[in-house]
Amino acid sequence: MTLDGVLAGVLDGLLAALVLAAAGWTLAAPAAFPATIGFVGFGLLLTLAWVRLGAPDVALTEAAIGTGATGVILLLAVVRLRGGEEEVSAATPGRALVLAAGLLAGAVGLALALAVLALPDPAPGLAAEAAARTAPLGLGNPVAAVLMVFRGLDTLLESVVLVFTVLAVWSMAPDRHWGGRPGPEFPRQDDGPLALLARLLPPVGLVIGIYIAWVGTDAPGGKFQGGTILAAMWVVAWAAGLVQAPSVADRRVRLMLVAGPLVFVLVGLAGFGIADGFLAYPPALAKPLILVIEAAMTLSVAAALALLIAGPPEHPPERVT
Amino acid sequence: MSPATPGGSLLVLALILPVAAMLVAFVLGGRAAERLALAALGLGALLAMLVAAAVYRAGAPLAYAVGGWAPPLGLALRADGVTAAMLLTAALVLLAVALFGRTGHATPPGLAEARAPFAFWCFLLALSAALAAAFLGGDLFNLFVALEMLTFAALALACLEGKPSQFRSELRYLLFALIGSVLYLLGTVLLYGGYGTLDIALLAGRARADAPTLLAAALMTAGLAAKMALFPLHLWLPPAHAGAPPAASAVLSGLVVKASFVLLLRLWFWVMPPLAAAAAAPLLAALGAAAILAGSLVALRQARLKLLVAYSTVAQIGYLFLMFPLALAGDAEVAARAWLGGILQASSHAFAKAAMFLAAGLIAGALGHDRIAALGGAGRAVPVCVVAFGLAGLSLMGIPPSGGFTAKWLLLTSAVATGQWWWALVIVGGGVLTGGYVYRVLAGSLTAPPVTDAPIGDAPLPAAASRGPQLVALALALVSVGLGLLPLASFGLVQVGRLGAAP
Repeated sequence: MTLDGVLAGVLDGLLAALVLAAAGWTLAAPAAFPATIGFVGFGLLLTLAWVRLGAPDVALTEAAIGTGATGVILLLAVVRLRGGEEEVSAATPGRALVLAAGLLAGAVGLALALAVLALPDPAPGLAAEAAARTAPLGLGNPVAAVLMVFRGLDTLLESVVLVFTVLAVWSMAPDRHWGGRPGPEFPRQDDGPLALLARLLPPVGLVIGIYIAWVGTDAPGGKFQGGTILAAMWVVAWAAGLVQAPSVADRRVRLMLVAGPLVFVLVGLAGFGIADGFLAYPPALAKPLILVIEAAMTLSVAAALALLIAGPPEHPPERVT
Repeated sequence: MSPATPGGSLLVLALILPVAAMLVAFVLGGRAAERLALAALGLGALLAMLVAAAVYRAGAPLAYAVGGWAPPLGLALRADGVTAAMLLTAALVLLAVALFGRTGHATPPGLAEARAPFAFWCFLLALSAALAAAFLGGDLFNLFVALEMLTFAALALACLEGKPSQFRSELRYLLFALIGSVLYLLGTVLLYGGYGTLDIALLAGRARADAPTLLAAALMTAGLAAKMALFPLHLWLPPAHAGAPPAASAVLSGLVVKASFVLLLRLWFWVMPPLAAAAAAPLLAALGAAAILAGSLVALRQARLKLLVAYSTVAQIGYLFLMFPLALAGDAEVAARAWLGGILQASSHAFAKAAMFLAAGLIAGALGHDRIAALGGAGRAVPVCVVAFGLAGLSLMGIPPSGGFTAKWLLLTSAVATGQWWWALVIVGGGVLTGGYVYRVLAGSLTAPPVTDAPIGDAPLPAAASRGPQLVALALALVSVGLGLLPLASFGLVQVGRLGAAP
């Protein structure tokens, strides 16, 4: 074995141990806040693991959505749970239940590990075929070809699920808050680190987010990763009180949320006329059509994630005088 | 490979119509959402009939390769007999529930959009899209996405009333549903690792009975059983279903659990090799039998009408699992009978349970409470509802003529024919217990109102005035009964595409 091979093995072993340790620490953390920090650390280590496995697209998604967006949602949940200690402890399962769940999860994990070792090697798969059919479509990233062409229906339905989740979160609000703005309202900050961040970060972040979404058809990246970065920029400005969330009754924000899936459906239906059928692209137009869908989807993903972070409307709509 | 068959485009329309309608309804909101939902669900029922007619005429499954990419690289939508039957059932129940919801979830002209009606119409369309995706999907990962759509649509409908007390039981529902999703997803990952495809038709020829495949099947079955509330994973269902508004309970209990059932059929009758399936079937049926007995006994002891109806769902889901050992017993003719029995149970229960929840909701609305001990006077206030409840009860008990009777009779005779008489005992016992709890409700409803109350006629009964919703409940109950009046030969549809069925 070469020195490089040994080093890589040590590095991977260390990474695997760290992932497990971070997961264990997250579970053992005494309170919700440190557990959330542990979860974010776990996600970052997992991102490195995906990079080591040669899956940069998955790594980007893990970092953006699995760690970033989820981490922020968890942190906001932790903040909202403060003051409700009694209810939280009443809803927390007892020791016996935790132990039983742990044993069950451990058994499933062990069985999974053994089953993965018993899988055929080399693994059968469609990677080679997908890669071979990517270039004729004018795309450079086989992951984009799978998500937008071969398994486009999965992506279309996933983007519809995002609309469901936003409406589901909104509909948890009390009736009298309908038409109000989602989430808490932050006082406007003109000084301090957050105010500075909210002014410096978005111009850079917007460019990076759009670039990552744009480059997705040819290199690692795409609408989900890019959209998450755009959402993060809005959240920073929102938390600094520089922008307000739009009302849930605002047609423009609703249109933004459905733009991605709706454009996807329309392009898909156009396939009946201009190509072989639903979600089929004529070869010459494949890349431009996919870029149009991706652009609309980036907008929708950004809007959906930002609104999921904001949560249900927390105040009645402002009276129009 | 599954190239597109003639009529394949119908499958795309059946899926995309509710998706597009939901997206547009979400943007427009208010009254437009209601109108759009009614139009789309009406059109959806028409499309479901066209799909069923096309499958019946072709005598073979319809298929559509999305984007022109054949599996394994691409995704296929497929409609065989099960798909056609369940799609039609779902479309009719959804349309009925939408008509029912016009009373309680209307947005009067000139009024601003309100939360609950907006969410109701959007999520009814969302549920229609999710069910279409679950019944038509030909790929195990695409079906996972369908399950996710279903989870969020169902959860939001269950929370429609926005009462904090309800959120507790819905949170438990969410946990069960999400753990179920994770287990299902883990199974699909193992299957992809083993075979390099998740297309059901391709897996059907390739799956081996090795350790990863068996573990995948076990994880997916556990996940789907949690979503279906199969005993002993049923504890989340009664509070979640009983706490929702009647229109939501009807679709949750009648339809949502059936999507996971169809996925279980796909897993055990298509993907898994027959020997492994035959080994697992008695375990599934044993859990089903336990569900029938435990669910019925607990239903018998409920003090609240809606909880009684919800526990009845736990019991009736159990019958669906009895078809596994019977349809896999090896005898081709018995297999066809048991198969039809299972599908007919799924369909007739959908109609009967939707009718029951709608009727129970109207009875509770008329009396101002749903305590079974004080149902007196319901027969006078909302007679059509009590009749609907009774007719739906006949089908659940399995009394002829009704769809439930035909379903249970087919299962019972299959059990006897294959020498598995113990399942027959469970079917009969479950029927007697069901009779017990339906009788409790009917007997209570038909007594005179309690004398301690204000003089009759003094307290106005608001729900008694609107006949529309009552007639919807009655129509659903009549369909459930009417399924039993059709000659058995007319159900040839559900055999189309069943593996091992004579072409």
